[in-house]
Amino acid sequence: MIWSKRYILFPLKLTDSLLHGILRVGAVISALVMLLILLFLIVESWPVLGQISPVRFFTDTSWHPLEGAYHLMPMLAGTLYASAGALLLAIPLGIASALFIVYYASPRLAKWYKRLVELLAGIPSVVFGFWGLTTLVPLINQLHPPGASLLAAILVLTLMILPTITLTAYSALMAVPVEFLRNAAALGLSRWGMIHGVAFPAARAGIVAGIILAMGRAIGETMAVLMVAGNVVQYPDGLFDPIRTLASNIVLEMAYAMGDHRAMLFVSGLLLMLMLMMLSGMAGWLGRSRCA
Amino acid sequence: MSMSDNKKILLICITFIVLGISGLTCANAASERLVLTGSSTVAPLVGEMARRFETMNPGVRIDVQTGGTSRGINDTRNGTADIGMVSRALKPDETDLHAFTIALDGISIILHANNRVTTLNKQQIVDIYTGKITNWKSVGGADARITVVNKAEGRSTLELFLHYLELKNSQIKPHAIIGDNPQGIKTVAGNPNAIGYVSIGAAEYEAERGVPIKLLPLDGVDASIANVRNGTFPLSRPLNLITSREPQGLARRFIEFVRSLQAHDLVEALYFVPVEVN
Repeated sequence: MIWSKRYILFPLKLTDSLLHGILRVGAVISALVMLLILLFLIVESWPVLGQISPVRFFTDTSWHPLEGAYHLMPMLAGTLYASAGALLLAIPLGIASALFIVYYASPRLAKWYKRLVELLAGIPSVVFGFWGLTTLVPLINQLHPPGASLLAAILVLTLMILPTITLTAYSALMAVPVEFLRNAAALGLSRWGMIHGVAFPAARAGIVAGIILAMGRAIGETMAVLMVAGNVVQYPDGLFDPIRTLASNIVLEMAYAMGDHRAMLFVSGLLLMLMLMMLSGMAGWLGRSRCA
Repeated sequence: MSMSDNKKILLICITFIVLGISGLTCANAASERLVLTGSSTVAPLVGEMARRFETMNPGVRIDVQTGGTSRGINDTRNGTADIGMVSRALKPDETDLHAFTIALDGISIILHANNRVTTLNKQQIVDIYTGKITNWKSVGGADARITVVNKAEGRSTLELFLHYLELKNSQIKPHAIIGDNPQGIKTVAGNPNAIGYVSIGAAEYEAERGVPIKLLPLDGVDASIANVRNGTFPLSRPLNLITSREPQGLARRFIEFVRSLQAHDLVEALYFVPVEVN
């Protein structure tokens, strides 16, 4: 009845190598999907990239693809403004919520509050868009017409990425070893001192990862932004001016686009992807260098 | 014994294979094919109709390709396509072709129901859309800034609207750009100072259901499906299928089908106006 080591080791080794193989295949597939998407975008945008100098994406006077004007920069700027604004609002709010759940709220309240945030994370983006279009935009319109604006986009995006930041920050804070906190308490640190000096540095990597995830969602979000941002291709002069993001540009015009116009929309997708790669690379580098 | 059994099985297999192949070739012989090219406005509608026609007539394949009205006319003339799709009435130099109207497309200017303005002439609409008039006060409304709602590039509604106003899209100074009709209606319904334009079918449907929008008359003609149908509404156009000669066989059956009552719901689903055909 006693299992000898040989019997235990043999199947373990087998499952180990099997698992290794499966994981390897899975990883290769994920990487391939990413590469294929990039390749697909390049192939689809080639008709334009081969003909038109990419300089024109920066120098044309406007975005009127049917009249041969392909200015992409206002949309790039719109995308960056909207996501940066949303991150600016959502990062402090999200981290504050996480701190509240972990260190300040009573267990009962914390449980309910966390449930609520999780629910917020599960709401589909179209619902946020509808709410924005029927409630938020008319409200902003009373403040300053036309209502559909950069501000509306920022607010809707904030709501959408807030739960991502809160929940990842929560997980990161919960993963801080209990001994750290006990040692801090033993040293007589105040609660804020403990959070600031011990919990934050220990949870930084997790929090930064959450912010990168949220940024990805903010930049790529399409439907909700499409409904509230006004979609005029221009550099906004202020929060109340309408903007168009690269992602909503694709959805807005894809249905009826043909030829060069269609290829230009793939160029917007390519640009969006490159931008996301650059930003997440930068954020990763920032997180690492801060930690070191 | 076992040899003959094997042979029997082989024989049965061969029979099945031969039957299968002959069946395939039979199906090929029976399958008929129809190629349609042309306007990207008409293509989505005809695509839906073709799908229904295919399920009702097994073995028929209908290939719908876009490329614009002029491609539809060229392809029909040189025989590349059996039927062309054209999103306008035929011109005087195109009388060699046979046109069959399958639906009508009309556009209505819409305002919020609380807007005091009840009518705008063509010049005022042009001035509002090009940014020369920016306040409702100038056209008899309240003292409020106008929010100009325009359609996204490439949409057929935009194309017809620009054609009517004789403008280019780059001349328009919009404050909001929308994609489909429901989004346009929601945008105007949510903003008392907005002006927009959508397909009449969609606007009439929503206005009847209590959405706070109103349809503006153009040149003194009310914007209604009825007026699009009787041809008096100026901002409208027929959607046509064309053939180079009197349609025969499958082409004729398909054209009869798309003009029949069996396809009316598809026309309405895409916010076009069905034509009354007996």
